[in-house]
Amino acid sequence: MSSTLALIFIGVAVLFILGIKFLSSPKTARYGNLLAAAGMVVAFFATIPLMQLHEWNLNCTLMAVGIVIGLVIGAIGAYSVKMTAMPQMVAAFNGLGGGSAALVASLEFLRRSHSLEGVTVSAAVPMLFATLIGSLSFSGSIIAFLKLEGKFERPHTFPGQNFLNGLVLLVILGLCGYLISGQTNSTAFIVMFALALLFGIAMVMPIGGADMPVVISLLNSFTGLAVAGDGFVINNLSMIVAGTLVGSSGTLLTLLMCKAMNRPVTNVLFGAFGSGGGSQAAAGGIAGTVKPIQADEAALLLAYAQRVVIVPGYGMAVAQAQHQVRELSDELGKRGVEVQFAIHPVAGRMPGHMNVLLAEANVPYDQLQEMEAINPSMDRVDVCLVIGANDVVNPAAREEKSSPIYGMPIIEADHAKTVIVMKRSMAKGFAGIENHLFYKDNTRMLFGDAKASLNALVAAVKAN
Amino acid sequence: MSVEILVLFVFVLSIFVGFEEISKVPSMLHTPLMSGTNAIHGIILLGGMLVLAAADTPLARTLGFIAVVFGSANVFGGFMVTDRMLQMFKKKKK
Repeated sequence: MSSTLALIFIGVAVLFILGIKFLSSPKTARYGNLLAAAGMVVAFFATIPLMQLHEWNLNCTLMAVGIVIGLVIGAIGAYSVKMTAMPQMVAAFNGLGGGSAALVASLEFLRRSHSLEGVTVSAAVPMLFATLIGSLSFSGSIIAFLKLEGKFERPHTFPGQNFLNGLVLLVILGLCGYLISGQTNSTAFIVMFALALLFGIAMVMPIGGADMPVVISLLNSFTGLAVAGDGFVINNLSMIVAGTLVGSSGTLLTLLMCKAMNRPVTNVLFGAFGSGGGSQAAAGGIAGTVKPIQADEAALLLAYAQRVVIVPGYGMAVAQAQHQVRELSDELGKRGVEVQFAIHPVAGRMPGHMNVLLAEANVPYDQLQEMEAINPSMDRVDVCLVIGANDVVNPAAREEKSSPIYGMPIIEADHAKTVIVMKRSMAKGFAGIENHLFYKDNTRMLFGDAKASLNALVAAVKAN
Repeated sequence: MSVEILVLFVFVLSIFVGFEEISKVPSMLHTPLMSGTNAIHGIILLGGMLVLAAADTPLARTLGFIAVVFGSANVFGGFMVTDRMLQMFKKKKK
């Protein structure tokens, strides 16, 4: 690499670092994203001389066609996806990146193992690392994507699962060791690749849909590390820097998310949330009855309240009801009701999922309150309207030691004078456990699709 | 100091930079941040281009081509979807 190119790649690294930096502050976030994209453009053009092409050949055509196809797929995906399906989209793009990283490493391995110089240990380690982590991220992301799309979102578990997964991992590592020791056996390599794909599936299958944000964040950092590994393999500093930045910031983000749920990351990955269920037999011990309410009556409660707190959850996202929520909040605001939104850090399928949706519906920033900020004043709230949120308002997290979500910080909806829970049915949340809130004396259940119920509420509030 | 060691040096420093950068992020930016970093690892597109440029068998061409398509979708889609998300945050700040 010439020193001019090296200098350009330093500039690229700076653009990425500043990009991520700006992305972590609300005021500069969009600018940060553009900065990182600019870095990518520079890196792209700086890579062209590295390919040492002397004439336009078949590979060049394939490259151009491939880039255009990817651009079209990416653009269609990015602009057609509904805001509610954003988490799936990130999972899908991440999976593609992981797959690409695995393929790049594999190609290099297969090419060098057939060449005269062979594969040195210092080259084999990052190659195998990138293949393993990249393919795992690819298949894991596909499963995460499908789970978020509503396919087999329940945890899938069977006895001895962790043991079997461990065994597969051991075989993978064994094969890696064998390949590193100088054996250039293509079959062993392909078996390793296949097992890594399998391991990605096996790793994500037992995890419930509610934990997918954590999984996607983890797989995102995995892909970053795989890309860094590829950077070592093909000696590209900008890939090393970019991949490593994503890997380490992604790891920290994953830990922050787990912290918000008050669960160690090992519990998320190997806990198989709410599957064994031995301790949950206590469901019969819930006191109280479910008290349904009609929209008219609920509207009266809201219209004559002084302070209303809305707790949105995944149900709002599924029903695409964010605009109706804003309408209701505006209507109540006109009547002088103080309306706030309480956002649980892991409400929805991704941290910030609710913020994105409410922002789309033009809910003002200052109406959004984080969980810690709103909890101390929940007992001065007249009506707490829970829209499609479940586990994040379940008092079992506070009261019942045997509950799988015990210790998770929740929005203390039950402290409000009246709680109205909008829900399609009595189905359980993603944690698969009963919600004690639904049985409390001050809770009323408003059954039905969130959008339809909200429309009825808005109409009834207007009529009052 | 050999080049390998220098590269390793860059790698280790990058780990710390990545950790330091996002230690204080409001939770509402977690999704855009995840999506933005997701786009950054789309730099694998360059890796795909480099291996495709060196491909000399039909198999290598096919796999390299797939790597380029995947990487390209990752990088373009990633930046676009992040921008779309952040645009929404901005629009309502009137």
